[in-house]
Amino acid sequence: MYDFAYHKPTSVADAVKLLAEDPDARPISGGMTLLPALKHRLNMPSALIDLSGIAELRGIRREGDALVIGAMVKHFEIATDPQIMAAIPALSRMAATIGDTQVRNRGTIGGSLANNDPAADYPAAALALGATLITDRRQIPADAFFVGMFTTAMEPGELLVGVSFPIPEKAGYAKLRNPASRYSMTGVFVARGPKGVGVGVNGAAACAFRQKEMEAALAANWSPEAVAGIRQPADDLNSDIHGSAEYRANLVTVMAKRAVADAG
Amino acid sequence: MPQVTLTVNGQSHTVEVEARTLLVEVLREKLRLTGTHVGCDTSQCGACVVHIGEDSVKSCTILAVQADGAEVTTIEGLAAADGALHPMQEAFREYHALQCGFCTPGMVMSAIDLVRKHPQGLSEQEIREGLEGNICRCTGYHNIVKAIAAAADVMQGRTSELARAAAE
Repeated sequence: MYDFAYHKPTSVADAVKLLAEDPDARPISGGMTLLPALKHRLNMPSALIDLSGIAELRGIRREGDALVIGAMVKHFEIATDPQIMAAIPALSRMAATIGDTQVRNRGTIGGSLANNDPAADYPAAALALGATLITDRRQIPADAFFVGMFTTAMEPGELLVGVSFPIPEKAGYAKLRNPASRYSMTGVFVARGPKGVGVGVNGAAACAFRQKEMEAALAANWSPEAVAGIRQPADDLNSDIHGSAEYRANLVTVMAKRAVADAG
Repeated sequence: MPQVTLTVNGQSHTVEVEARTLLVEVLREKLRLTGTHVGCDTSQCGACVVHIGEDSVKSCTILAVQADGAEVTTIEGLAAADGALHPMQEAFREYHALQCGFCTPGMVMSAIDLVRKHPQGLSEQEIREGLEGNICRCTGYHNIVKAIAAAADVMQGRTSELARAAAE
């Protein structure tokens, strides 16, 4: 790992100021992705801005018909928080499958959303639930937030502070884990709620996406059978040693059926 | 150079580090607590697991500066002052839950967190899944799982074979 400067601000304003002063600085939350990347020298930030001292980034609160989760809330908390388990149990179940216990004890929802790894779990949930990503300067709908592989709509120096999930009537999640790395080969999150039906897909393409044909089918008939005959085109899907694009396309249908069954 | 203060196994230490220094490097190289191992150095194998507060974490994937002010427990801090082993250590010995022993400190630290997070007890399946972040390349998992089940009984006040054996 190359060395870097280290700062631990105690407010979002101070963190954003540090990021603005130094374009090569990077924020660090749990570090479960960033630190391995630094060890591989894939990244050479001039400074790390540690967000763990900022109280306003933590906390889980109900705001009307939505649940607002702070960016620094850890996967373990999402998996076990009574408020989240009651409002969006599928999100808790999803969080319980991220990485391993030690990763869940450190990794955060904000870090995962901002990193936008193609195989990350949360982006599919954010898309399906119609979430709003809250930054230090604006609110971005999930549909506009996830732009591409490891890329979001956030500008350099912009900081994710939380995410607001409209509380659904029903939601479910299913994924096929790579047997060795346990990352999502393809996962599908389905939700039915105030914003209609959402179907978010992760792991299959360069970036999480919505499967709108399935959304329309589920809006008409909420059942696994409704999506069983829908084929995801393989054109833009990932192809690698773990599975071809055609294999992942088939997984989208299979995981969508299981996710609907999971939602009940 | 940044300075960090850590409470390790109940004892406070202030050390100078680089920002890039890992917590495990401080534990092993500065404090000479070499019971915490580095296996893969890529946060997969779990040989480096320690506790920060009540949580098990991989000390190869935390900067020492991130742990500033933390309460850290390593494998060396589990036994009582009189040398009596922690119930998890005792169970690992009783059930011979090791072969080469390299993964053992991390297994023990992860297992304690696992038991604490399941106060109602653990099924064999939950133990196996709970060890996802720890790899034993001798593949000696069977006895590790048995040891954790036995230690969970002791830690949670249920009668177990281990407790009975100890009483005899």
